[in-house]
Amino acid sequence: MCGIVGLFLKDPKLEPRLGEMLTDMLITMTDRGPDSAGIAIYSGAKDGLGKITVQSAQPERDFKTLDADLHAAIGQPVALLVKSTHAVIEVPMAQMDAARTALAHLRPEVKVMSAGDSIEIFKEVGLPKDVARRFDVAKMTGTHGIGHTRMATESAVTTMGAHPFSTGPDQCLVHNGSLSNHNGLRRELIRKGMTFETQNDTEVAAAYVSQKLKEGEDLGSALEAGLDDLDGFFTFVVGTKNGFGVVRDPIACKPAVMAETDAYVAFGSEYRALVNLPGIEEARVWEPEPATVYFWER
Amino acid sequence: MQTFDLGAEGLRALNSSLHALKGQTNMTAWEVINPKGAHAIAAGVDAPVDITVRGSTGYYCAGMNKQATIRIKGSAGPGVAENMMSGTVIIDGDASQYAGATGRGGLLVIKGNASSRCGISMKGIDIVVHGNIGHMSCFMAQSGNVLVLGNAGEALGDSLYEARIFVRGSVKSLGADCIEKEMRDEHFLIIEDLLRRGEAEGKAKPEEFRRYGSARKLYTFNIDNASSY
Repeated sequence: MCGIVGLFLKDPKLEPRLGEMLTDMLITMTDRGPDSAGIAIYSGAKDGLGKITVQSAQPERDFKTLDADLHAAIGQPVALLVKSTHAVIEVPMAQMDAARTALAHLRPEVKVMSAGDSIEIFKEVGLPKDVARRFDVAKMTGTHGIGHTRMATESAVTTMGAHPFSTGPDQCLVHNGSLSNHNGLRRELIRKGMTFETQNDTEVAAAYVSQKLKEGEDLGSALEAGLDDLDGFFTFVVGTKNGFGVVRDPIACKPAVMAETDAYVAFGSEYRALVNLPGIEEARVWEPEPATVYFWER
Repeated sequence: MQTFDLGAEGLRALNSSLHALKGQTNMTAWEVINPKGAHAIAAGVDAPVDITVRGSTGYYCAGMNKQATIRIKGSAGPGVAENMMSGTVIIDGDASQYAGATGRGGLLVIKGNASSRCGISMKGIDIVVHGNIGHMSCFMAQSGNVLVLGNAGEALGDSLYEARIFVRGSVKSLGADCIEKEMRDEHFLIIEDLLRRGEAEGKAKPEEFRRYGSARKLYTFNIDNASSY
């Protein structure tokens, strides 16, 4: 199984409530995926600053002097916001690569969850309600976000095996289903220079989309290409800095419901996830068609 | 009228109240409010009662229904009226995957569209869809009738046995062993009856439909057994 929720806001007045709405949707999807949960929030860019979200199994040890150590390494001030096992590092955009290189050297055990100027990803093993509380997701604000509740079928229940997966700047992907040609695709993507953290099939799909975007395709055509190149069962929800995309495989046995109003576009694995959204009674509610790409950009 | 607030009282309480209705009862009209997409609403009912669900439902609403008339004033999630035995289920909105799957009897009416696998492996149920049906509908359907006022998706009636499929609009593709067949007088009568019972009278005329059925090459059809279908 697995549960997916997503929300792309059109009305800025809802932005302060993004985390609260997504948390409610995520918890409703607990029985589709009680193993682990994760959320990607696009909280908006600050001028000239980039964000790296990192995770550590020993946050007290790893995060204690991380800001000072990074400052010393890159010669620029660094802001660090620790949230449980994760931390968001803010650095000047021009120093993003230098900060990531320094991080790998200073804290080799720390994992990078996401990097970009808007995205933050928080994911952990545990019930969705506990994961959401741990990172205080309900208080987060932003323009769009994607959440996932995982029932693992194909690789281990670990923090790094949880979704969303991020394999490019401000990009993320969540998946309900399983792929059957991910090992071959992973080898091809590695040849093209992509790197992988896990043996997970979804990470390959995320990297596939990132590679297409890197080659200059837009989100819609990257997802179209995926319909030909990815074999298996999938409902994907994908986020970029300005965009939100949905695609289902041609068999479409993994459930999906979408709702759109003037204020938002919402995705849920089941209608249950959408019932508390404002104005849902008047929303256009539909089931996304098989092998059809849907995407919205601001 | 018994009004049941699903949000306040919970699914188990609703379904056990409905299951307790046996044979003749004077509690014949039920209304379920705040369904909020919950699963298995009014599944397993076996009494001649009328149940109206005010909103959209999740998985398996009205599953295994016997005798009851169940109306959904919204859309239905996957597996609505799965394995229905008798009675009627009427959905005002759309139905998700495998609506009416394996149904053995009764009537399922979908006033919006049905998505993939509608009527998969049906065994005697009648299904009327006012809109379109999705891909792989009526896969391995064994008996019963499906009437579609709109269009059908890919691979209609794949590996079909003896169910009859009537489609008014286009068919994207036919599945293995499913072919178009001639319309005979008896078929116009079946369609007329389905349009009337399916609350679609005046929306379409029997002569606008085409009939699809099994070519009987994929399974070992024997004319001597025709009366058992």
